[in-house]
Order: sequence, then C-alpha cells, then structure tokens
Amino acid sequence: MGHPFRDVAIVGVHNTKQARVLEGHDSQSIALEAALGAIADAGLEPRDIDGVVGGIASNFLYQSRIGPAWRSMSPLGIPAVIEGAMAIACGLANTVLIATGEAGSYRQHASTAPWTRPTNEFVAAYGMFTAAEFALMARRHMHMYGTTPESMAHVAATIRNNGHVNPEAVYFGRGPFTAADVLESRMVADPFHLLDCAMTSEGGTALVLTRADRIDDTAKMPVFLLGGGTDHYGPSYQHPPVWDLGGVRRPDLIAGHVGRRAAEEAFATAGLGPSDVDVCEFYDPFSFELLRQFEAFGFCAEGEGGDYVMSGVIEPGGRHPITTDGGTMSFSHGGASVQLFQRVIRGVQQLRGECVSSQVADAEVAMCTGGGSGALFTDVLLLGKERP
Amino acid sequence: MTLLTPQSGDIPLPVPGPISGPYWQGCREGILRFQRCSDCGASTHTPALMCAACASMSLEWVDSSGRGEIYSWTRVWRPVTPAFVTPYVPIIVTMEEGWFILSNLVGCEDDAVAIGQPVEVVFHNSGGTDDIVLPYFQRA
Repeated sequence: MGHPFRDVAIVGVHNTKQARVLEGHDSQSIALEAALGAIADAGLEPRDIDGVVGGIASNFLYQSRIGPAWRSMSPLGIPAVIEGAMAIACGLANTVLIATGEAGSYRQHASTAPWTRPTNEFVAAYGMFTAAEFALMARRHMHMYGTTPESMAHVAATIRNNGHVNPEAVYFGRGPFTAADVLESRMVADPFHLLDCAMTSEGGTALVLTRADRIDDTAKMPVFLLGGGTDHYGPSYQHPPVWDLGGVRRPDLIAGHVGRRAAEEAFATAGLGPSDVDVCEFYDPFSFELLRQFEAFGFCAEGEGGDYVMSGVIEPGGRHPITTDGGTMSFSHGGASVQLFQRVIRGVQQLRGECVSSQVADAEVAMCTGGGSGALFTDVLLLGKERP
Repeated sequence: MTLLTPQSGDIPLPVPGPISGPYWQGCREGILRFQRCSDCGASTHTPALMCAACASMSLEWVDSSGRGEIYSWTRVWRPVTPAFVTPYVPIIVTMEEGWFILSNLVGCEDDAVAIGQPVEVVFHNSGGTDDIVLPYFQRA
C-alpha cells in the first residue's frame, strides 16, 4: 500500500492580524478574511474550492456560491486537517478550504474565557477551568519525577522569547523573558504562574489543501502530510484529569502519555522517528505540556522531560526548537479552535522557509501538535517538504 | 495562609440527571456513593450506565467509606468566575474502593495540602439550597 497522503498537499496558509481585541470584527468576518488570505496564498480563486471543513467555512461556502461542495463539520485543529486530506485522498474533493476565526466572544475578563469552563455537574461547582485541569496533571508529574517549576518556566520563557522577536505576535516586543520572570509572575493555578499559561486573543486562520497533481498550478512550495494521528480519552473537562487513567484496549497507554499512540502512528506512516524532526511546533496551553509531550512522543524517557527541556535542545538553534512563533503564550490564542490550527500553519511556514522570525535553517520535517493532557486529548501531524 | 472553606457564593450548582440522581440523593443523605459492577466488581465514577472495565450494564450503587487520599492537587488564585473566593484547592482523591473523585479540600490551611494526605468526605450545601449538597474533603 502506498502512502495514504501521497496525493495531497498543503498549498495555502494564512493568519490574519492577531490581537487582544480586533475592533470591528466578529468571528465570521475574521474567518472570511483568513479564508481569502489562504486561497490567495495558494494562488487560487474561491471557485477552485470544492470542499470545506468547519462551521464558519460552511458560511464561506454559501457566500462564495461555490456549492454544491463537500463539507465536514469537524471544527478542531489537526483532526480537521487530517479529515480534509482524507477527503482529497478518497476522491471526495479536489481542493479543500479549512478556515476559522474568533472575535468578540470574550471581552469581559471577570471570568476565565468561556471555552475554558464547560458546565458539568461534577466539575463546575469546584471552580474548575483549563488551568486547574492541566495543573492537576503537572502536579502529579512533579510528585512522580521531581519535575521542577524552573524547568516549566524555562519552557515558557523560551516560547515567549520566540514571540518577543516575532512582529506578527500579539506580544511582540514584550520581552525578553527569563525563567525568573516567569516564576515571579503571579500564581494562577499552582504550579502555573501567569506566564506559564496561554493568553487569550482574537484572530483568524485558514489553510488550503489540494491534489498533489495540481501543485504546478499553485503559487508556493507545497508541503506534504507525512503522517498523523489523534489520541482522545473522551470529553474535556468533565471527568477527573487522572494521570494514570488507563484503557481496556491498551492498558499501557495512560492519559498522562496521551499523544504517544498518535505519535507512534504518525512516525510509522512517515518512516521517521523523533531524531528526524527539525521543528517542534508543539501546542503550548501551559509550559508543563511541552516537557510532557517530549516524553509522550519518545524524544526522551518518561520522567526526563524536565531535564530534556533544560538541555539546550528547545531554544532557537537547538536540535528541536519549539513553538517558534510564540505559540498560545505570545503569538495568539484566538478562542476555542483558531490556535489549534496555528501549529500547522507555522509548520508549513517553517518548511517553506518564509518565517519572519526564528526561521529554522533547512528545516525538512516539522512536528505539529494540538491539545494536551489536562484536556484528555493530543493530536499529532508530521509535515515534510518531500512528497511521501 | 488561608483557612480553606466551602464556597458560599453564587457558584454553578449541579443539575442531577437520570443517571446521576442516586449519587446526588446520597449526598443529601450524607452518604458518598459510587457504582460497582455486579459482574466484574470494578468501581466506577462519574456515574455511568456501563462498566468501564467490562462493558456490563449491571452497575449497582454502593456506599463508600468516604475515605481516601489526595492523588493530585492545585491551588487556584485566579477564580473561574467572581463567585469563587480564592484561594481554593481542587483535588483528585483516590477513594479506598479504588475510584477517583474531583473535589475541593476544606478545613485546613491552604498550604497544608500534599499528595498522599489521607482525607475524608464532608458535605456542605454550598448553594444555599437543601436540594443540592456537595461532597468536599477534609484531612483525616
């Protein structure tokens, strides 16, 4: 059997302006801007699209009168990219647009963002929200392995410094940061300080996939899906985020290692391993997640994530530079779904060599992720310059 | 240091459903209940229709000892909504019968929390209504 995504390429990507508040925009308008940007980036016209993914992209389908077209309602990050690629690989569509945006939905900050606090009868009364969910995972890891707040703070400072030098980041020029700065910021949910956590912002993002035999008609260097996988344990923020939560089918794969199976599948499809990854566009809702993901994906042994991130590999110029645009801590965190696509956008930009900051020289393979242990899911996508 | 107490503001309260009804009824009676599989003996929480270990539909409600130990914890300083008084301490407890529950630690100073600490359930009607009583945990 040939490679499942051999006949698919990512040919267009676009982030709109990202900001704490985008005056004059709502989620529909900023997603439309993102969609048109990605189509233009691909050198295509709206009428070239015959498939869309996501609820807001469905609105684009109507407004641009490109129907009848294939549509998926998959809204969230890497699973949506994989689904769009599958639609093309299966012959259901030729060129698929994925677009989303968020603006105007969170401007009163007395409470945490609405997407961080689902209502649930076993959670809500105890004051739970995203930071507390992830903190319960991080605290267990600290207990088991002696992981330190300093190692987490080093991750946060590294990512925030990537945003500090990125003119497109919401927090451009807000650093540089040291680990000490992170540790001195106010506590949000122990062990997470304010600067260990993602921010909230507004923005749109989009990408376009097409058949690999059409890439001669597109404007930019195509990027290929080398492999992918998604690991989910159930709905986020409704059940206790237990590190040791196991399953009946693979008891060895506990929730604390969520993403391991996805990474194993992605690496197997790609015929690659962690040492082949040049850019780690890892999702960064909280600093702890980065060292956990390095363990889950097999870059280092269980319990060694703290030492690993302190060993000089994650900084610009290191062997496995992380989250190079500043991620959700400094680049943008546009709500419930936007930021879940932006690791993929950045991975494409890195492989094209077009990043305006923190470009990794001669990057051949990018590993993009979404989700995290506190949310009981982690998705993985491997991107490459060579057609698989 | 702050003495941890149950929340007393306008916090979001559970709305018992058909599956969770016996759980919340137990709390009103001062009993912490969980479900045990009649076929394989596995313990289950949150309330379910199906055994997580063997997929049996024969789950029965059992009274817990109410005792366990802290599995993990956090201490929240930025409240989820203004209704919550900080700091508060979400915990996961491993119950003696082998199931996990999410709750808050009360009745001690906020810096007295530790993984492995023995705890026991204590009930409070935090919402100002007798219809909903919440299980919290205190040091045993």
